[in-house]
Amino acid sequence: MRKDDIPQDDSKLSDKNMKELCYAVDKNGNYTTGLSTGWEAKSIALDLTIKNLDQQIEEAKNEVLKGQKSPIYYFMIREKMDIGILAGYMSRPKWIIKRHFKPHVFEKLKISTVKKYADIFSVDETKLTKFNE
Amino acid sequence: MSNIDFYHHQSAHCENGVASNIFKFNGFDLSEPMVFGIGSGLFYIYIPFLKVNQAPAISYRPMPGFIFSRASKQLNVKIKRERFSNVDKSFDALDRNLDNGIASGLQVGVYHLPYFPDEYRFHFNAHNLVVFGKQGNEYLISDPVMETTTTLTRSELEKVRFAKGVFAPKGHMYYPVQFPKEMELESAIINGLKKTCKDMLAPVPFVGANGIKYVAKKIPYWANKVGTKKTNHYLAQIIRMQEEIGTGGGGFRFVFAAFLQEIASIMNRSEWLELSHRMTAIGDDWRDFALKASRICKSRDNDENAYQNISSLMLEISKSEKQFFKDLKKSI
Repeated sequence: MRKDDIPQDDSKLSDKNMKELCYAVDKNGNYTTGLSTGWEAKSIALDLTIKNLDQQIEEAKNEVLKGQKSPIYYFMIREKMDIGILAGYMSRPKWIIKRHFKPHVFEKLKISTVKKYADIFSVDETKLTKFNE
Repeated sequence: MSNIDFYHHQSAHCENGVASNIFKFNGFDLSEPMVFGIGSGLFYIYIPFLKVNQAPAISYRPMPGFIFSRASKQLNVKIKRERFSNVDKSFDALDRNLDNGIASGLQVGVYHLPYFPDEYRFHFNAHNLVVFGKQGNEYLISDPVMETTTTLTRSELEKVRFAKGVFAPKGHMYYPVQFPKEMELESAIINGLKKTCKDMLAPVPFVGANGIKYVAKKIPYWANKVGTKKTNHYLAQIIRMQEEIGTGGGGFRFVFAAFLQEIASIMNRSEWLELSHRMTAIGDDWRDFALKASRICKSRDNDENAYQNISSLMLEISKSEKQFFKDLKKSI
């Protein structure tokens, strides 16, 4: 890549005024570095990944509304977590977390447990008890 | 309050960057490409049975931490590593280091880093940064992928130091405790090159040039077997692993080419300059692959030919890399 060819496309990096460092060659063929605001190819890939994620969030929401899953499941997906990560934050084994996805188990959870989940998801606990997303 | 004269240099990759910045801080001027090359950072692996983000795991780099560890070992720099189960103790240790004027590297999770754009915040726990001071309740942070230094409060830093999930950092802090009187660069460079050639020419199907060939052949197979929607998702993942923040472009190929150029002049070996140009061309081929693959991701109706085309592009790359590393091996 030549330094003049370092892409300067719009990207999600611009939101936080971030630029990333790239290695490229100058006119004399020597290596140097330059900053990039983003690259179309990468934005397409990231957008597709985010679109897939949004779709999963939407599906999770419907499952909760249909009474198939508890709100914990929805917020886990929304926070881009998997069971392993959530189990880590809760300091509980994965199978217990999985059980908490069942609406009838979730309803009987202790308030302190619900509160802990709410803290991990950075939401108010009423968001979990009165699901209204 | 403790403040250390620390010069922040932005880098392409966090691990090389932290290593390079820490070496420079301690008086050893080692560039990012040098750390990368000596630490044998160039790699390729496809792990078919492991799914990351619902796509097959593909990596253009070795396991997190390997580059820094190998580079330090090759250069005879002793690194002390500490992990903590207790949050307060982890901060006592950090404060103690800062009071002693030691700029300390930390392994952190990306998800809770407030200065990252939301779209880049995933539960990736092997990011690295340096803490070089404290003002009141704020820690002074040098995150090598950022243009300038920044600050984090103790509670923000606590969140990222104790992120959970794969590679959970557990407060991991590291810093050099002993440097050699003089760095023996030449042997370190040779060993780094040898290891990279060994990795990239590994006689197993999923690693190095063979791994690239394997994935290339998989692309049209995926399109038939799992459908275009999933295949496009896999391609998006490949593009991100190859080009996202941290690779310097072309899946680290340009950083490696910069390394070859630097060592060609240090050790006065013109053949490495020639190889550096060849690696740059291979990096350009990777960029071309990413661009074409992204166009496939964008369009809804792709015929089989589209997947076949990028597959052949990648096959060509695997051939060029195989020949490249054979030639590099001979030149050592």
